[in-house]
Amino acid sequence: MTVLAQVPTGSGQPPPTPPAARSGRHRLLPYLLLLPGAAWLLIFFGVPLLQLAAASLYDPSGSLSTGYAMTWAFGNYPDVLQAYWPQFLRSFGYAGVALVLALLLGYPLAYAIAQKAGRWKNLLLVCVVAPMFTSFLVRTLAWKTILSDNGALVGVLRDVHLLAPDGRLLATPFAVVLGLTYNFLPFLVLPLYASLERLDHRLLEAASDLYASPVQAFRRVTLPLSMPGLVAGTLLFFIPASGDYINAELLGTPNEYMIGNVIDSAFLVRLDYPQGAALSFLLMAAILAVVFGYLRRAGTEEVL
Amino acid sequence: MTRETPAGDLRLANLTKRFGIFTAVDDLSLTVPQGSFFALLGASGCGKTTTLRMIAGLEEPTSGQVLLGDRDIARLRPYKRPVNTVFQSYALFPHLNIFENVAFGLRRRGIRSVDDEVLRMLSLVQLDGYGNRRPAQLSGGQQQRVALARALINQPQVLLLDEPLGALDLKLRRQMQIELKRIQTEVGITFVHVTHDQEEAMTMADTVAVMNAGRIEQLGAPADIYEFPATAFVANFLGQSNLLAGEAAGTAGGEVAVTAHDARFSVPAGRARADRGPVHLGVRPEKLQLVGSADQVPAGQQHVTGVVTDASYVGVSTQYLLRTGWGTELSVFTANSGAVAQVPVGSEAVAYWDPRHAFLLPRDAADSDRTAPVVDEPVGASS
Repeated sequence: MTVLAQVPTGSGQPPPTPPAARSGRHRLLPYLLLLPGAAWLLIFFGVPLLQLAAASLYDPSGSLSTGYAMTWAFGNYPDVLQAYWPQFLRSFGYAGVALVLALLLGYPLAYAIAQKAGRWKNLLLVCVVAPMFTSFLVRTLAWKTILSDNGALVGVLRDVHLLAPDGRLLATPFAVVLGLTYNFLPFLVLPLYASLERLDHRLLEAASDLYASPVQAFRRVTLPLSMPGLVAGTLLFFIPASGDYINAELLGTPNEYMIGNVIDSAFLVRLDYPQGAALSFLLMAAILAVVFGYLRRAGTEEVL
Repeated sequence: MTRETPAGDLRLANLTKRFGIFTAVDDLSLTVPQGSFFALLGASGCGKTTTLRMIAGLEEPTSGQVLLGDRDIARLRPYKRPVNTVFQSYALFPHLNIFENVAFGLRRRGIRSVDDEVLRMLSLVQLDGYGNRRPAQLSGGQQQRVALARALINQPQVLLLDEPLGALDLKLRRQMQIELKRIQTEVGITFVHVTHDQEEAMTMADTVAVMNAGRIEQLGAPADIYEFPATAFVANFLGQSNLLAGEAAGTAGGEVAVTAHDARFSVPAGRARADRGPVHLGVRPEKLQLVGSADQVPAGQQHVTGVVTDASYVGVSTQYLLRTGWGTELSVFTANSGAVAQVPVGSEAVAYWDPRHAFLLPRDAADSDRTAPVVDEPVGASS
């Protein structure tokens, strides 16, 4: 480090002065701080990503036992899209519906905790985060029990005729969307809470003083000022939700399978690596397209 | 506002606000004439801001009325009141530019073409060309003027100002005081200004109400309150006063005779708020003159003898402390006009005053002399 730091000052200059040495080290410091993280990303993200990109172009007739040949098979992409477009659409459909439900639940929740909870604020925040202390899988399995055909919930719903006598909750799109909403809700609530917590209550008083009804004050002041948290929260919710496969696996049937399930089976069941890799890339591209489209529309410079 | 009220006076009638067991505003009644510049003056916690918030609708009164003309608005939601506020913190919308901040009130009332009005307002507060900036890009004084424009553009019947100059430095504050006064004269809207700065209240307002512990101690024109305070609190909150504990013996021949510390004084009956029993004899420090001995005191003047214990030279005046024979220190401000010599510390001196400048206030029997300590800044010493 000292050697590195002295290099710029010592080059052909009169005796290095302390301020110059200090500024030289200051110039290098940010890069040195970046180094561990960058190395981590390169080794565990950059390299595998390249490998995945390569795998998506392997000859699709190969197999794990016979080995894969690199044939630049760009045809893999249209092939998988043709085979699995319903699962693609379903992924974004389910994630989208779950996002709407999560917003309806999460915004009032975040607002209440941030602005109205007073001394209960921290306790309520813990309640939002507490389910995360158990594993994702366990929580989803718990929903499987709650929604099961002979469970209390289905029994009650059948008794009050909200559900047909042979109606089910489990193994329906409803169950999958419910699972997604539940599992990713904290990712939406926490960033929203953070930006609503910063909202200065006096701005709402000012809006009210300037003839804004409560609805107008929300639309013109609260909502725009919570936009950074809203954008961050919807992304943190939507991205993992659209790639999720646990909820569809445990709470749905193959009829509810999302693109994550297909990728999962391509890699782990069918052992079709080129297909799995191509699907992964398509999912990534689709999510990126959705996110950029959304950010352009949301237009918050704070996020980009 | 379909029917124009006979007078747009703002009247508070028996207004009370309690927070739990604490009474912030206690049975307050006052009238603010339409078009006047009214200041509510008091120390922090005296209930002045709570009063303002009740007029704005941001606080609901426990009891009492807020009348605008003959309409009671005390229970209207804030956005239904023809009243606007300039907040202490300005509370500008950080996500909107200056133009949209100023246009906010008009737009909420569904007015479409706001451009002319907004530009006219920005020019009134001398912020032409700042429309596209964000509040964070403006200085404190500029933000203050945006807050003013944002409220004024709605042409409220009453404009409320909650310590609007508190966050500005001294020089800017003086400048904005003049500016605010100019704008008020120009637009002719009733201004109700809350402040703890007595000089600010005096320079700007037509009428000042001095508040203490949720009640109004005195209400009147700044000069009237200053020259003839109603209570010991007012006498020392608005400027300083030397208050000597004495006993009044009734009016005789237009004069009230007072005995204080074994000396006899008199005060014109018109300057006495009590003429019998325990009283405070009050004289403002700048109404006192210092001379070396009692025979230099002009005829018709009254005097107290003492020893100078402190002299602070503050440029326009010198502020002396005179320890009297009975141990109280009187504060004396003498103008450094060059006509009188400085009095050295430790020397004997005589402070004299014209009885017409003294005043008598009723006093609790237990209360003794009250004199304010000398402060560094010559507060309100302009006479």
